[in-house]
Amino acid sequence: MSSLSVSEAEKKTMSNTSSTPAVRVQDVSITYRTTFERVPTFKTAIVRFGRGERAIREVKAVQNVSFDVDHGSTIGIIGANGAGKSTLMRAIAGILPPTSGRIEVHGRVSTLLSLGVGFNAALSGKENIVLGGLAAGLTRKQVQERFEEIEAFAELGEGFMEMPMRTYSSGMFQRVAFAVAVHMDPDILMIDEALSAGDAQFKTKAAAKMKELVENSRTMFLVSHAMSSVRELCNDCIWIDKGKVMMRGEPKEVIDAYTHFLKVGATEAVSLEDL
Amino acid sequence: MNATSVDEEFNPSVHVYEPHKAGLPPLRPYFRALWERRVFAAEMSRTGIRAANTNTFFGQIWLVINPLLLAAVYYLLTQIIAGGSTRQGAAATFAHLCGGLFVFYYFQGAVSTGAGSVVGGGKLLMNMAFPRMLLPLSALRTAFFRFLPTMFVYAVIHVVVGGPFGFVMLLAPVFLFLLTMFAAGMSMIFAALQVYFRDTASFLPYFMRIWLYLSPVLWFAEVAPEKFKPFLPFNPLTSLIGGWTDLLVRAKMPPLEMWIGGVIWAVAALAIGSLFFMSREREFAVRL
Repeated sequence: MSSLSVSEAEKKTMSNTSSTPAVRVQDVSITYRTTFERVPTFKTAIVRFGRGERAIREVKAVQNVSFDVDHGSTIGIIGANGAGKSTLMRAIAGILPPTSGRIEVHGRVSTLLSLGVGFNAALSGKENIVLGGLAAGLTRKQVQERFEEIEAFAELGEGFMEMPMRTYSSGMFQRVAFAVAVHMDPDILMIDEALSAGDAQFKTKAAAKMKELVENSRTMFLVSHAMSSVRELCNDCIWIDKGKVMMRGEPKEVIDAYTHFLKVGATEAVSLEDL
Repeated sequence: MNATSVDEEFNPSVHVYEPHKAGLPPLRPYFRALWERRVFAAEMSRTGIRAANTNTFFGQIWLVINPLLLAAVYYLLTQIIAGGSTRQGAAATFAHLCGGLFVFYYFQGAVSTGAGSVVGGGKLLMNMAFPRMLLPLSALRTAFFRFLPTMFVYAVIHVVVGGPFGFVMLLAPVFLFLLTMFAAGMSMIFAALQVYFRDTASFLPYFMRIWLYLSPVLWFAEVAPEKFKPFLPFNPLTSLIGGWTDLLVRAKMPPLEMWIGGVIWAVAALAIGSLFFMSREREFAVRL
């Protein structure tokens, strides 16, 4: 534990409550109401009101999901597009409130979610990193300390850190995003489809960094469609389909069931659930 | 983070997320998180100003020239076209116009940048949990720093036209503070509305212009037609901007109604705006 740079208070909690899981999701459902208009405007709202239509559609993204994740485990979340993986990640990160149920998170969460980081393309890489760090609740001093590590890890090349991010390639974007997420000293790291644009060299480096974090008893959520990386990095796996947990267990077994399911189709979902 | 914590005093790293009743997050942890992240709001506004080049020489000059030109336009409109029918002297009218107009543009700037702050903060909102109220507050800071240079211009105008001086002028920042509270509340309301109706931003300038004409900026409150006078207190800016110009431009104590009206409007707008914003903010992530 000595290699951990978490604060004293957090260290104490971790050792005191080693039996409590890092994340406890209890019967969580997330239903959100969203508009199907591309851009919701007052004008269309009036037109719709005149016609007596409703523009709100309910999306049941996550339904009655419960699971615990222990400290130090790496959990892969797999499932088809639109299965509710990202919504669940957002709920655990505290971005979306659950509609019902309860989520308990022990530790600092750092997220690297599918849309890239909250980067403003007009600002330089450095300014974005500082903003991201401050938004995550770090102090200015802490951000400054981490900035050098982030810069070294991202390996953008001479001068790019000072340039506006609109001049970056998508791979460079992801390098910065990943470097920021892993250097925020998270207890819980959530990575959602974030490495697709990185080159082979950076992917190897990223995988090594993730392994290092896990060895330091950090918890990691990895949402991915790359089954091989889930198999390689994770020691636990959850398969979600249509907002429900289909299966939980050893990555290999879950992935096998999932790939089988994809081939067979949804009609036999019930029999597969019993596996 | 944006969350309820159990025993947060002892255990700052535990978060519990539950559906909240009536849409409001637990207020104490919310405001604590808000206070902890104040550096973020400041940095956001600072980088925004830097990105907009307002810290360059010509950027700063523009911040001064723009309101001056506006003052000239409105002066032309109200004095020359109206045939100089006001009882006050031309110089005093110009000073009043500038004092009122500059502070009105501060208000307008705060509300319109605040209105766009949540929709503009898109990706940050989707990926991080933090009190969303930081975004309109950061816009408020930006508007304030854009307003500051115009105060030096006003000081010069005040001296040039030979405006009165007095110790009561030192009370003017009180009204500026009340106006800031009012602007914060309004910008939160518009920021939340903007998420639901993206055309709010296009209709806001017209709304603001009408509001300007209804407020004692281009005219003095006491020259308002008799039949409109009873309605004046219902315009929050009557007391907020009226009190400001009374103190700053005319160095006279505003009547008690203006103080009371100003405080009531400021507190009410801030309370309603922030409660409305907080009750809606958890939904922003799915609406963007």
